[in-house]
Amino acid sequence: MSESAHHFQTSTNIENRKFAMWVLIASECFLFGTLIANYLINKGRSIAGPTPQDVYEIDITTLSTFDLLMSSVAMVLALHYCKEKDLRKFQFWTFMVVLGGLIFLGFQYHEFSTFVLKEGLGLSTNIFASSFYLLTGCHGAHVTVGVLWMSSILVTSLIKGKEWFNSDIVEVAGLYWHFVDVVWIIIFTVVYLFVYV
Amino acid sequence: MAKNLPKTGLISWLTTVDHKRIGIMYALGSLFFLIVGGIDAILMRTQLMVPNSTFLSGETYNGLVTMHGTTMIFLVIMPLSAAFFNYLVPLQIGAPDVAFPRLNALSFWIWLFGSLLLNTSYLVQQVPSVGWFAYANLTQKQFNPTHSVDFWILGVQVVGLASLIASINFFVTIVNMRAKGMTLLKMPLFVWTTLVTQVLLFLSLPVITVALVMISFDRTFGTGFFNPGLGGQVVMWQHLFWIFGHPEVYILILPAMGIVSEILATFARKPLFGYTVMVYSSCAIGFLGFAVWAHHMFTTGLGPWATALFSAATMLIAVPTGVKIFNWISTLWGGQIRFTTASLFAISFVAMFTFGGLSGIMHSSPVIDTQHQASYFVVAHFHYVLYGGAVMGLFGGIYYWFPKVTGRMMNEFIGKTQFWLYMIGFNLTFFPMHFLGLEGMPRRIYTYAGDQNWNFWNLCATLGAYITAVGGALFFINMLYSMIWGAKASADPWDGRTLEWSIASPPPEYNFAKLPEVSQLDDWWYKKYTHDGKRLTPPQQPVVDISSIHLPNQSFWPIFLAGGITMIATGFVVSANGVMISLIGVALTVASTYGWAYEEP
Repeated sequence: MSESAHHFQTSTNIENRKFAMWVLIASECFLFGTLIANYLINKGRSIAGPTPQDVYEIDITTLSTFDLLMSSVAMVLALHYCKEKDLRKFQFWTFMVVLGGLIFLGFQYHEFSTFVLKEGLGLSTNIFASSFYLLTGCHGAHVTVGVLWMSSILVTSLIKGKEWFNSDIVEVAGLYWHFVDVVWIIIFTVVYLFVYV
Repeated sequence: MAKNLPKTGLISWLTTVDHKRIGIMYALGSLFFLIVGGIDAILMRTQLMVPNSTFLSGETYNGLVTMHGTTMIFLVIMPLSAAFFNYLVPLQIGAPDVAFPRLNALSFWIWLFGSLLLNTSYLVQQVPSVGWFAYANLTQKQFNPTHSVDFWILGVQVVGLASLIASINFFVTIVNMRAKGMTLLKMPLFVWTTLVTQVLLFLSLPVITVALVMISFDRTFGTGFFNPGLGGQVVMWQHLFWIFGHPEVYILILPAMGIVSEILATFARKPLFGYTVMVYSSCAIGFLGFAVWAHHMFTTGLGPWATALFSAATMLIAVPTGVKIFNWISTLWGGQIRFTTASLFAISFVAMFTFGGLSGIMHSSPVIDTQHQASYFVVAHFHYVLYGGAVMGLFGGIYYWFPKVTGRMMNEFIGKTQFWLYMIGFNLTFFPMHFLGLEGMPRRIYTYAGDQNWNFWNLCATLGAYITAVGGALFFINMLYSMIWGAKASADPWDGRTLEWSIASPPPEYNFAKLPEVSQLDDWWYKKYTHDGKRLTPPQQPVVDISSIHLPNQSFWPIFLAGGITMIATGFVVSANGVMISLIGVALTVASTYGWAYEEP
């Protein structure tokens, strides 16, 4: 599972994959930065409704935000127990990360289907909808990748048992997961809370 | 599955993870597309040789103008620079390979398949014809109902993904894999410009990625991001495109600047003048490169504040660039200059790039820019920086490092003939375009009336293009000739300064028998000479048991994964069964990702 597991002494003493993830995160900042800027520019430019105020359900989104934040806590614990080589707890918390991610995706599915079916807000209904779905859909895709990644780690751990405590891999996945979480905090603030400002 | 793959033959190239082989494949691929893009140019110049020409139809011309720009930028200069990154960066920093050898192979295959996808548009006669910056709303479905725009979007998207992966790989490689003792300010300047280029790549590519997804959505799902009728804005595309597009300009020129710095120092037999300032200038160019995008858009009416700020930032970027030009001149000053083909190309880079830079400074004034916008003056400007600059620098790099890569010298006579044909042809083509632009000839027109005083300079430009084409043909002849009959090259034929010259030509698969240790800038040079120029006996590469050196295993997964990713994109340009093809692509992508992750590297 590793490209450079042969413990090459790096110039910075930071493991290559971890470093690469930080660089990818820098790149992703510009990806989400563009999407968020695009949303802010376009949210009020719709020619026809519905508007953000018409559709957002802040209580449900608050709940899903809380869920995603808690999955980050689970991620911290999963890495901690991986380093401690405590197999049961490592697997349990990895499972909780996956579960947290899946629940978040469930909320997003609920949100999108409510918007489309009840509010009549399809992808191309107006420019607010297009920008909104592009931004939150991209974030949802990132959560999906994270869920797949963490489930793969869980399955690997279940198969290989005590031989596999690859905390480097878990830490890299953790960096990714926390980043996706931080992006959601920004989206929650800028997209969902700014409606009330 | 990857344990016992052959070390020679086709399979070995398809499964290689060796940075040197990947570099060679990048070079061959980009030189192939240099011919393709060059033929585009020759056809266009033939059409414009005389007024009212009917050699090409307007439609064909529009396709050629689009594909020429797209090809030369994404399929020639970027991958040819990548060839140099691949081959040289690990050697110059004293590393056994890049940080992620399989990702490196993946980048190459994605780039190759993406390039082929883009060029498939010729076969189905749906050639993109919206210009290389594909301005909205020309890209909307109602104006371009065929798949031509989709080919452009997806081709650039896939090729961009290759660059993104490579940029992360090379950033980590340079920061993390340096030889013992090589602190950041002891790296060769080429490594520095490469480092800055990678930062520009991984920060600017996501912006174009989003913009391309937005046009895809407009075309496929009927959204209106760039459709004013639905609340979108046409100028939004220009902003997003140039936020990527201007750093892209520096992505194209910085590697060549690094190459030229290495060549000039070697052939003047002097250390690069003002090395530290060169490093800071490169960083300053990279930083300011993100703050000048709107100077491409002065005529869209940005308002006085934005116009003034972007104009000032653009003028500011001339400072680090000017610093570099003076440093190159000072490097040559008082040196024992040897005029080889490589150094001729490098010196001409400095001159031609200065020309292009000067017309660039003219454009930083919005008042002047308004007059030049979309005229041939602009065409002259960016060909001076990208062709007279980047391409000349890259040619110099090929002549300089060819002996290292192949173990044979390139023929100097053919090389110098090519150089002079290029110099004369290039200036004959592009210098008159300044006049044409000032006389009001708009760019991207496929023909013109004969009574506008444009005839003579257009004829000159076309003749220049033909002369350049002869030079180009000589280059390929020289490559083949030298590969077979070229004189055998020693390990250090130019008396070089950087670490790649300390090992055999061509280098062994494992690069360094023992990883080098470095104590100063130009460390290899000071192993050969004392600081006051007395000759030393350089240390030999130690003899070690080769079987003890661990090399990463070859792998099939990079090419499979690249195939999967390209298939996903291909689904969007196929009318029938497109979804099916994309889904098979998704399956292949997922399967290869897992195969990759669980493979022993």
